[in-house]
This record gives sequence, structure tokens and C-alpha cells, in this order.
Amino acid sequence: MSGHSTYQPQNKFLQWFEKRLPIGGLIYSSFVSYPTPRNLNYWWTFGGILSFMLGVQIITGIVLAMHYTPQVDMAFDSVEGIMRDVNYGWLLRYVHANGASMFFLAAYIHMFRGMYYGSYKEPREVLWILGVILYLLMMATGFMGYVLVWGQMSFWAATVITNLFSAIPGVGDAIVTWLWGGYAVGNPTLNRFYSLHYLLPFLIAGVVVLHVWALHVVGQNNPTGIEPKSEKDTVPFTPYATVKDGFFMAVFCILFAWLVFYVPNYLGHADNYIPANPAVTPAEIVPEWYYLPFYAILRSIPNKLLGVCALFGSIGILAFLPWLDTSKVRSARYRPLYRQFFWLFVIAAVGLGYLGSKQPEGIYVILSRVFTAYYFAYFLIVLPLLGIFEKTKPLPNSISESVLGAKA
Amino acid sequence: MSSAEQHSRRDFLYIATGAVAAVGGAAALVPLIAQMNPDASTIAAGAPVDIDLAPIGDGQIVKVFWRSKPIFIFHRAKRDIELAENVDWHDLPDPAPDSERVKPGHEQWLVVIGICTHLGCIPLAHQGEYDGWFCPCHGSQYDSAGRIRKGPAPKNLYLPPYTFLSATKIRIGEDTAKPA
Repeated sequence: MSGHSTYQPQNKFLQWFEKRLPIGGLIYSSFVSYPTPRNLNYWWTFGGILSFMLGVQIITGIVLAMHYTPQVDMAFDSVEGIMRDVNYGWLLRYVHANGASMFFLAAYIHMFRGMYYGSYKEPREVLWILGVILYLLMMATGFMGYVLVWGQMSFWAATVITNLFSAIPGVGDAIVTWLWGGYAVGNPTLNRFYSLHYLLPFLIAGVVVLHVWALHVVGQNNPTGIEPKSEKDTVPFTPYATVKDGFFMAVFCILFAWLVFYVPNYLGHADNYIPANPAVTPAEIVPEWYYLPFYAILRSIPNKLLGVCALFGSIGILAFLPWLDTSKVRSARYRPLYRQFFWLFVIAAVGLGYLGSKQPEGIYVILSRVFTAYYFAYFLIVLPLLGIFEKTKPLPNSISESVLGAKA
Repeated sequence: MSSAEQHSRRDFLYIATGAVAAVGGAAALVPLIAQMNPDASTIAAGAPVDIDLAPIGDGQIVKVFWRSKPIFIFHRAKRDIELAENVDWHDLPDPAPDSERVKPGHEQWLVVIGICTHLGCIPLAHQGEYDGWFCPCHGSQYDSAGRIRKGPAPKNLYLPPYTFLSATKIRIGEDTAKPA
């Protein structure tokens, strides 16, 4: 994709280097001159925020790894040692733990943005699927990171989640034993989770490169859903998107800082401050908030295998979104009926999150089933049919027309 | 607002944002770098240790640890003290009189850090030609005052801070004689 201008380094050394490794030109064309739709709103800042959060998690994680001991008798104490003895250890731990929550918050907003504006539609299918892969990698990383603390919740979450695989007929139990490295969650499990928790973020970084590459090849979507038609429809990424991203990153960091410095344990569970006891399961096992919707879906199906299928299916179905939504119109701005179903979906997803934190009994089970049914119906029934029956609003002629009016 | 004023307003905003970002970046670096310094438990483990000298026989050298460093405690016999004092200390590679190597009134006690000042090996006691230590790594030899006599080591064995709590007890890690 050609930019507004090409990279012309003034400095002699940079010219020499550019001939040998044109990384300056790559950065310039990707993040300086890169043509960006002029009408992007603040929902588009979350991609940059996610990259920033990945950096924060990797840096604080590497630094925490200098003080953590991945052995069942010492892990919990090493975390407390970080909190009490290591210089600024309390800060690093709280930034990393709350950073995970902020990472998922940004990811969900980013995904909801994609769903609302049709950013998954042709030609951005691969971009979307790479995003689903990133989300799965994030979930695996977050899960394993939480286990490392080796509190009660860590241990029992590890037991429950690894036991999911026993639902697989035939080979299920063998797979679970293989995951555990023993007859139950124990030291081998902890060690391998530590290794993989350190590895996966770098896989995430690699897939992020592919994700941004795929994005730059097709160009960004925008709130109108129609492609840029001329240079009037775009502005150079720097300074416009750079500054917009930077501004909202600062706002995001204010929320992040409020969590870290004022309520650092609000999103956590008190039971994880109890060292893991393999003989006693806590009265309620709850995952961290970002897994709650899927936890609710899992528990709403009374059959073990089908529940597991529903759990993995509820995430996997996202990958098929580009083909399930049959509408030719991208953005929900011009799809009044789709918009209503979309917001119901958001309510269902948030509702499932709330229900996931409750005991699976009474009205909570009924509501979970209703919301789960809507969740799947949205993808499998509503979206395919809407494309056929929905009457969409007329699209503007161009992006600049939608921003500047007919005078453009 | 004229375009020149608009330009300078934008310049001001850019410079101000850049300055805040630079300060923020520097501030963010502080905990990331400081966390590698010894933590509170390591510092606590490095507190002074009290050593009872009574069991150490005449002419015996014992090794204790303080702050993860080996400390040689040499209960010098009369002969060891004489050998240390009867040498022209001005000619030594790292000149120091024996009196500066011990505490006044406690000349029979030599307390030194048992790390060769060359490249860090632990020298072997009661070996070498000078009634002191011999370092097997590169051949440095120390005398009965822990001073370097022969070999590549540049300095005498270092003296840790220590105080006599009584005639038979020392506290290694604290030197009340010297101002802090």
C-alpha cells in the first residue's frame, strides 16, 4: 500500500543503513506516512493500547521472573517475597496482575469494535482470524500465569481447567495425565506452566506482527465501513492517529493506575492468598473476571462433554464470523436492526460474565441458559438471516463526505 | 490566531507532551532497575554476626561467613605475630604495618575477608612461605597479617568491619571504632 510520501533520510548514516536494511523506511511507511481513514473514532485506539499492554506485561513479567521460584513448596512464598522484600516488588506484581485485567478489557473492547463496525468482513477475514488466535493465546497465557501464584484458586482452577480435557471420549484421561505430568496437578504441572507462560507472550508478539501486517495490506476499516476512495479520505498516521492513540492510552493508564494504586486486589479473589491445599477445595471456585462468560456457558449445559464443547465452541465460533454474517453492509451505523441484536449480544456477554461469578443454582442457571442460547443464536441464526432480510440505511458516497458533509 | 501563533502553540504542545513522556519514561525505569538491587530479606540476612572466639585454639584459623563472604579468623600464636611484625613493611607490594591489620589490645586476633584480591578464589590456610595463606588459582601468597607477599594479587586481604564485644567475642559487620 503506497503512502502519501516516501522515506528520505537526511542523515548520511541513515541513508547508508537504509540501503542495507530498510527498516527505517518500513517504520516510516507503516506508522508515519501510512494513510489512515480520517474518521476513526476512539474505539480505534485499542489496537495501540493492546500493543502497549503486551509490552507492559512482558517487561514486568521478565522482571518478576527474576524473583519467582516455580516449585510447589516455594512458589507462594516467593510471590510474598516479591510483595514484601523485593524493591518495588509490590508495584511490579500489582502492575502485572492488574495489567492482565486491563489487557483483557482492551481486548474485549477491541473485539466488540470489530463486531460492531464489521471489521471482520471481506477482505479482513484473515486479520480477524489472527485476532481470534491472539485471543486464544492470551487466554492460555492468563490462565497459566494465575496458576503460578499457587494459591487455592490457582491450584483448583488448574485442576478444573485441565480436567476439562477428560471429557474427550477415549483419550481424555491420557491427555489429562499428560498435561499434569503426574497423577494430579503438582510440581511438574507448575514447572511446565512457568515455561509456557514465559514462552506464549513472545508467540503473541509474533502473531501481533502478522496481525498488523494483515491490517496494513488491506487497510483499516472505519466507522462508515466504506473503503477510502481518494487521498481526501485519509490522513497520515503520524501525527493524527499517533496522537489520538497516545491520548487515549493515557486515559486508559489512568484507569490502570487507579486499580494498581488504590484497589489492587479488587479484581482478584481473596482465596488466592491462601496457599494451595490439594486436600481442600474452596467453597466456590471462580476464574478471573475475563473468563467468567465462558465459565457460565460451560456450567449452563448439564452434560459434561457438551458443556466442554459449548465452552470451546463459544470461542471457536468467532473465527467463522466473517462467513456467518451475510450482510453486504459493513458498519452497524447503517444497519439499524443489526445494531439492536448487537447490543443484546453485549448484554448477554456481560450478563454471562456476571452469572459466571454466581453459584450455579436457581435463577442463575435459568438465566445462564437463556443467555447462552442467545449467544449461539446470534452467530448461527441472527447474523446469517439479517444479511438477507435487513433493510439497511443508505451509505454515504465517501468517508470525507460523511465527515465534511456534501461540500467535500 | 495567526498561523505563526498556531504553529508555536502546536510546537509548545509537542514539546510539553514530549517532556512529560520523557519524565514518565524515566520514572517508569526506576522500579524496573531498582528491583535488581538486593531485596529486604537479602539485606536482613547480611546483618552483623557474633562469633565466639573461645573455642579457637592458639595458632588455629577458622572460616565463618558474613554477607556470603568467607571470613578468616586467625588466633595468632606468638611466633605468628613476631613474623608479621619483624619485616620492613615499606617494601611490601601493598605496604601496611601489622598494627593496622589488627585491633589495639587484641594483636593475637587477625580477622580478614578470605577472598584473594587477585580474582576471587579462597586461599588455603597454613600454606605458602610466609606463615599465612596460599592461593592455588594463580599462586598468590599472604603472610600471617594477611598481607600479599608474592604473586599476582595486588592488595592485602581486605579487613571486614568488626568490633570486640568482649575479649572472647567479636561482632563482624559492625565497627564501632570507626565513624559510620
